[in-house]
Amino acid sequence: MKITETEVRYVAALANLYLTDEEVKRFEADLNEVLTHMDKLNEIDTTGVEPMAQVLYAAGETATLREDVPAPALDNTRALANAARAAAGYFKVPKVIER
Amino acid sequence: MQVASLTIDAIRQGLERREFSAVEVATEALRFAEAENPKTNAYLRLAPERALAAAKRVDEKLARGEDAGALAGVPVAVKDVILTKDLITTCGSRLLEHYVPPYDATAVIRLERAGGVIVGKTNCDEFAMGSSNENSAFGPVRNPHAPDRVPGGSSGGSAAAVAQGTAVVALGSDTGGSIRQPASFCGVTGVTPTYGRVSRYGLTAFASSLDHIGPMARTVKDAATVLGVIAGRDPADATSAAAPVPDYTAAMDGKVAGLKLGLPREYLKDLTSETGDLITRGVDTLRRLGCEVREISLPATDYAVTTYYIIATAEASSNLARYDGVRYTTRSEHSDTLADMYRYTRGEGFGAECKRRIMLGTYVLSAGYYDAYYLKAQKVRALIARDFARAFETVDAIVAPVSPFPAFRIGEKINDPLAMYLSDIYTITGDLAGIPCMSVPCGKTAGGLPVGMQILAKHFDECTMFRLAGSFEAAGGAA
Repeated sequence: MKITETEVRYVAALANLYLTDEEVKRFEADLNEVLTHMDKLNEIDTTGVEPMAQVLYAAGETATLREDVPAPALDNTRALANAARAAAGYFKVPKVIER
Repeated sequence: MQVASLTIDAIRQGLERREFSAVEVATEALRFAEAENPKTNAYLRLAPERALAAAKRVDEKLARGEDAGALAGVPVAVKDVILTKDLITTCGSRLLEHYVPPYDATAVIRLERAGGVIVGKTNCDEFAMGSSNENSAFGPVRNPHAPDRVPGGSSGGSAAAVAQGTAVVALGSDTGGSIRQPASFCGVTGVTPTYGRVSRYGLTAFASSLDHIGPMARTVKDAATVLGVIAGRDPADATSAAAPVPDYTAAMDGKVAGLKLGLPREYLKDLTSETGDLITRGVDTLRRLGCEVREISLPATDYAVTTYYIIATAEASSNLARYDGVRYTTRSEHSDTLADMYRYTRGEGFGAECKRRIMLGTYVLSAGYYDAYYLKAQKVRALIARDFARAFETVDAIVAPVSPFPAFRIGEKINDPLAMYLSDIYTITGDLAGIPCMSVPCGKTAGGLPVGMQILAKHFDECTMFRLAGSFEAAGGAA
């Protein structure tokens, strides 16, 4: 067992992801299968190997930097056009702070 | 005009000789796409207004005697994870069913500037997560060669559209094989360029250290032309490379005799199927063309699937955090509190595979597991990249299968995520190393299913890859 039902629920909470009881069961089984397979990585020796966070190829150190030139950004109307709820030029969300 | 057999060159000639106008090509492509789409579900949405407006601009330029661009009048399909301004872009997800992008992706801007005519947005696995296109919230895509089979994924709609001929070329995206595998399943050419070669500005992020945009086409030359149009530095994407963009179609003219090709032992050892036989015949064709073929070893290959599914899901769990019920159109009705809004919007909005990957990615990044999974995977990724770098000290390009098998039946693997993940074995290594790779048609099985051969090259050496693929295609592929 790599992961228990309690851990599945804990991870779902970390991810802010509501799961039905049925989904919790399903993902417990799926994740156990996949994580067991992932144990294979322990076989390979990585002593002294630097982790690779991005693709590296020969290029100048500042090759991807650019001048910081201000340019027009999305206007307020455009930026809010896809909001689930908006009003008075702002995104609307459920009340966060109690009075 | 037979829109299904048009190439970029044929369209250019037809326009020059006044055999047809760009508006006529667009009208016919749209009519054909609408008639054919029920067979495959390749398109989620056609874009007649945008297509006809773009075609009209091309005709007006030509009438004025101006250069209308390298893709003048060419019908293009665009995968629905790539943003198109004012044209709904769903990413194959229920969550974004009504999302109208406020801007165009850089690749889209460049396509249209070159005269390309975007006819529609193509179906795909939800947020590009899948190898079969069955994870789309808007129904699976059917393979044009066998309607009971998948087109591959995640760019299954783009591959099917090009194979059906409803578009001449298409844009796909590739994170672990999502351009090459569907290209191989549908019998078209699909190119994953060097990481950073094409701007991802406007590509919906899945796994940012692995995501690519690339072309799909019915000929190698058409794919090379499209890459030439969309490649190049973009200030809006800091990961886009400054390296100059060569003339890829001109590079296809060179000789391939004398090129040294590597056959990775690890990719072929278990491949005893019809796919293996066709790849062997394809390699024979390359030998006949004068290439020198030698066996090579990429020892870390066995660990690639695991490495990929740790890194890709970790990055995905982070990238998909933005779908929180605030900015992207959809919010659950169960949103009495902020926490409930997040949980229920995501729980109701994401499909099963996205949830599975968010869970896996969150788990491997969580306290206590980060070193064992994520950090370890990043180290193994370095070993996989080193394997390729070493191989390219002795060979000019690498030849391999794309997929262990041809298109499988719809429903065959959908309930076995591990089996689905393992089927990506030959394509994910190229993404992990960030090298250019492509699928070129390599014959069909006895049952009539297309098989693709993969060509991989050094960083930014797309020219050698295209030259090899073009010569292979001209020589008849696996024939």
